[in-house]
Amino acid sequence: MPHIVNDNCRLCLFTDCVEHCPVHCFHADEERTYIDPEVCIDCSACVPACPVQAISEVVDFSEEEERWIELNRSFAQRLPVISDKRSPLPTAEAQREALGFA
Amino acid sequence: MTAETLNVAIVGSGPSGFYAAEALFRDVEDVHVDMYERLPTPFGLVRSGVAPDHPKLKDVTAVYARLMADPRFSFLGNVEVGRDVALASLRDAYDAVILAYGAAGDRRLGIPGQDLAGCHSATGFVGWYNGHPDHRDRAFDLSHETAVVVGQGNVAADVARILLQPAEDLASTDIAAHALDTLRRSRVREVHLVGRRGPTQARFTTKELRGLTTIRGCAVTVDRTVMAEACRLELADKRNPNAAKNIELLDAVAARPDADRRLALRFLLEPEAVIGAARVERMVFRRTRLSGPPFAQRATATEERVAIECGLVFTSIGYRGRPIEGVAFDEERGVVPNENGVVASDDAADPLYVTGWLKRGPTGIIGTNRADSIETVRQMLAHLPGRGRKPPAARRAIHASLPGGAVVDAQGWAQIDEAERAEGIRAGKPREKFVRVADMLDCLGPSA
Repeated sequence: MPHIVNDNCRLCLFTDCVEHCPVHCFHADEERTYIDPEVCIDCSACVPACPVQAISEVVDFSEEEERWIELNRSFAQRLPVISDKRSPLPTAEAQREALGFA
Repeated sequence: MTAETLNVAIVGSGPSGFYAAEALFRDVEDVHVDMYERLPTPFGLVRSGVAPDHPKLKDVTAVYARLMADPRFSFLGNVEVGRDVALASLRDAYDAVILAYGAAGDRRLGIPGQDLAGCHSATGFVGWYNGHPDHRDRAFDLSHETAVVVGQGNVAADVARILLQPAEDLASTDIAAHALDTLRRSRVREVHLVGRRGPTQARFTTKELRGLTTIRGCAVTVDRTVMAEACRLELADKRNPNAAKNIELLDAVAARPDADRRLALRFLLEPEAVIGAARVERMVFRRTRLSGPPFAQRATATEERVAIECGLVFTSIGYRGRPIEGVAFDEERGVVPNENGVVASDDAADPLYVTGWLKRGPTGIIGTNRADSIETVRQMLAHLPGRGRKPPAARRAIHASLPGGAVVDAQGWAQIDEAERAEGIRAGKPREKFVRVADMLDCLGPSA
C-alpha cells in the first residue's frame, strides 16, 4: 500500500525520514516533504522516524487518502529528491508541541 | 586510483554495507570501496531474509546495483574474511575497514527439549525457503497439522505467513524450488504465534500484523487478555501509535467460517519445555503476568501451565552476530561493542568501524540501516583528516593471494543474476535462485 506524507510535516521539516529511506523516494521544497509513490517500496522505515507522525500507509483508499496520494505524487514529480537530513525549520519545535508530540 | 585515494574495505554486502558505500561516495570524491562477501551473491538479507511474497521490498536492490556499477566500487564475492583473508591483513592494507556482516546466528530458548526433532530456529527456515546455501540441506517435516512459532517480531510473522498461506500463492514468487515442493505437501493447518508479553507490547508493525490477518483462507483467533492500567496508558500515549493500531486491528478480527487454516495469536506465555519421545509432541508454557510502569512492564512467570499439542516448533527470539578474530565481542548482546560505529577499545590511531545489525543488534528494517551507516561513515570521515594513506602494495598482495579464479566480481554476479532470471522465466517466477555455491560458480564457466 502506498505511503504518504501529510501536512504535519509543514512548519516542521524534521527530515529524519529521508535518512531512513532505502530508495531515495522523498522530495521536498522549503515547506515539507513528499513521497514519490512510484519509487517508494512500502517498507515503512520512515514511519517511526518522523517525530510528528506525518507519514502513514494508505490502507483503505478513502477519499482523503486518495487526495494525499495525488498531492504527494504531483509534488514529488516537480521537486528535487532529498536524501540528506536538513536542519528542521525554526518553527519545528513549536509545531511539534502544538501537534501534541513534544 | 592515486596515492591520495581513500581505500575502504567493507565486510559484508547486505543493506548496511551498501549504505556505507553510498555514504562514502556521497562525501568523498576520491575513494575506492572493496566490498568483501563470503557468498558469490550480494545483498544479504534482501536476498535471503525478505520473504518471497514481499517482492516490492526487493526492488531496493536496484539502488545497490547502481552502487555496484560505480567505478569507485569493487565486489569481491566468494571471499570470506577470516578464512580466505585475515581481518588483520585488511586493516594493514586499507585506510579503513567497516564490518557489516550482520547477525547470522540466532538465540536459543535454553529450555529442555529444544534439540528434539521438529524444533527449529526461524533463521534456518527463512534461509531454507529463500535458498541460502548454508540452509539448503535442512529438512522440515511439515506432516503435522499444528506448529508453534515462538516470538512476535517480523521474522516470526514471516514464518507464520509462509506456513499458512496456500502454497500455490507462493508459486510465482522467487521462493526456492525445494521449499515450494515441501510446502505444497505441507499438512500444517494451524499456527500458534506466541509471545511472553501482551498484545500491547507485541513488536509486530501494524503492516506485518495486517499481513497476518489477511492470509487467504485463514482464520485468526486472538487470546483475550485483561487490559491492565499500565497497558491502557501505553495505548493512550500519542507517541506510541503502533500499539494502538495493532489493538484496533486485533479487535476487528472477524470470524471466517469458510477458513480451512487458523492462526492463533497467543499472549502472556513463557516457554518452559518442548516435550516429545523422539520428536516434538507438545510445548509447555507458563502463563506470565505483567508488572511495572508503562513502557517498562516485565513479564513474570506464574505457576499456571499451558500446553499446546504440536509437531513443529520454530523459535524467533532474536539474532546474534558472530565474533571475528581479534575484535572485541559483546556475548550478551551478540554485537561488536562500539560507540556510534567506532569499535570500542580498539586502536585509537587506526580504528575499526561497524554498522548494521552487528553494530546495533537485530532491530529495524532495511531503511534503518541507511541512517545507521550514515552515522558510522560520518564518524570515520571525522577521523581521517591529517592521516596519511596506506601504500597500495599491501592491497595488491591481498588481491594476488586470493585463490585464482575463485573471486566473483560484479560481472560474475551479473552472470549469475542473468542465469537466475532466465531460469525464473521458465518456471514462471521472477528468478530461480541457485541454492548451492558450486552451481553459482559453475554458471560462470571455466575460471580464468
